Amino acid sequence: MAEVPLRDGLLLAGILFSLGLTGLLVRRNLIMVLMSLEVMLNAAGLAFIVAAARWHQADGQVMFLFILAMAAAEVAVGLALVRQIYERFRSLDVDALSAMKG
Amino acid sequence: MNFAFYISGAVAVIATLLMLTRVNVVHALLYLIVSLLAVAVVFYTLGAPFAAALEVIVYAGAIMVLFIFVVMMLNLGDRAAAMERQWLTPGIWRGPAVLAVVLILEMVYLLRSDAAILSTGAVDPQAVAIALFGPYLICVELASMLLLAGLVGAYHLGFHKAERRARA
Repeated sequence: MAEVPLRDGLLLAGILFSLGLTGLLVRRNLIMVLMSLEVMLNAAGLAFIVAAARWHQADGQVMFLFILAMAAAEVAVGLALVRQIYERFRSLDVDALSAMKG
Repeated sequence: MNFAFYISGAVAVIATLLMLTRVNVVHALLYLIVSLLAVAVVFYTLGAPFAAALEVIVYAGAIMVLFIFVVMMLNLGDRAAAMERQWLTPGIWRGPAVLAVVLILEMVYLLRSDAAILSTGAVDPQAVAIALFGPYLICVELASMLLLAGLVGAYHLGFHKAERRARA
């Protein structure tokens, strides 16, 4: 049973990250933007886990735990903001927010 | 164990791609959940069972529930019923279900072929916990402060305007 090569693990993390980035740039729905952010954070965590497996160290998994906590806090505040924006603009379109002043 | 990594990695990429191309947010959420579960299986094959469990519990569990909760909350009124009917058409769930079945089969296979997986490159939860509450203790405190700030922020932002006026 061979180990998964470092290259393939990082490749998977890179693909997932760029997919998330693409979604962030392409989609106009605020909830989809937040979901793409989740995918990107998850890909970053995956890169840490791959590194942890490569060097047999626990530090990578510890970093993954912090990313997890950060993602949870980010999504809680982000979704509360989404709800505020929906109440104010009656739309989840990111472009609707370009009319904000100051 | 290598092939398990590649299969679940492929499932993760496919599910993420399908998520990005869905028009409907709830359908996208279904694919995102499958994608996160696939990444959890990837963690398992990489010898990080603790991270895999947390991925399922926190990401695919808690964070996705938040998303679904907000999506449902934003669809108040008459439109909700029509949308609900539209969402529940059979066939919507087939894509995520197929991908999830692939993951389940893989997981069953991995669990049956057991111990060899966890011996190569595995970092057991004990080592993670020792590192977490040893050299990284200050980071744990900072993370808890971040979560508290997130909690307070979400609580403050989550109020209705009308509620706030009523309280004032």
